[in-house]
Amino acid sequence: MASRDDIKFLSNPKIGQKRKKYCRFRKYGIKYIDYKDPDFLKQFVNEQGKILPRRITGNSLKYQKKVATAVKRARHLALLPFVTDLLK
Amino acid sequence: MNQYEVSFIVDPVLSGDEINATAQTYVDHLQSEGCKIVHVDEMGLKQLAYPISKRTSGVYYCIEFSSESGDMISKLELALRRDERIMRFLVVRLDKYGVKYNDDKRKGLIGKKKAVQADSKNRDGKAKEKKAVSKTAAPSPAPAAAKAASPAPAAAVAVAEEEE
Repeated sequence: MASRDDIKFLSNPKIGQKRKKYCRFRKYGIKYIDYKDPDFLKQFVNEQGKILPRRITGNSLKYQKKVATAVKRARHLALLPFVTDLLK
Repeated sequence: MNQYEVSFIVDPVLSGDEINATAQTYVDHLQSEGCKIVHVDEMGLKQLAYPISKRTSGVYYCIEFSSESGDMISKLELALRRDERIMRFLVVRLDKYGVKYNDDKRKGLIGKKKAVQADSKNRDGKAKEKKAVSKTAAPSPAPAAAKAASPAPAAAVAVAEEEE
């Protein structure tokens, strides 16, 4: 028989919940960001090759600055594009 | 004692010997300036992300060296700038973490670490996918259920009672 308790879980109770963002460099203990590794850096740029803000990636300020430097160095060495479409 | 890293792109139009010779000249240049060469990494022919002087690919080299003072950097940069075989270059001073990272990379620790991270990321990705699936799957039955449940909970109860 269907009681009140069953009806309560017919809709997913976790739907509206946000996942807490975190800094992956702090979490996994990554201290150095290699500018020669474009595949890794692609996680921090959008489809046009722009650097994603901290608000979206969740990086701490210290590592966001390092990411930005690494992306800019990679761009200088033509490992990442300055401007593009459909990078990913 | 500072550790530096110079990466540069060599013109791919040159023959293989000439490309090797180009890299070797800079190794010799650094040694003649009294630097200790830590490692020479030949990263090979790569596609450029954007054309440089009408070339779409280039041969990447990375030389890691340590030096007592940074006075020779300007000389090195001047030499690189004058060289027509070099398309781009970048000289970077490594911090202690950078030195450790390069050491680990040579020992092959980084690749494994990355694999582990990649796995965890994949897992995250899969979890997200699953969640996405559940999210996509859930709304369709959920509203129906909600519709069924909300307008007539009494009716549902009545049905349940009938079932009994």
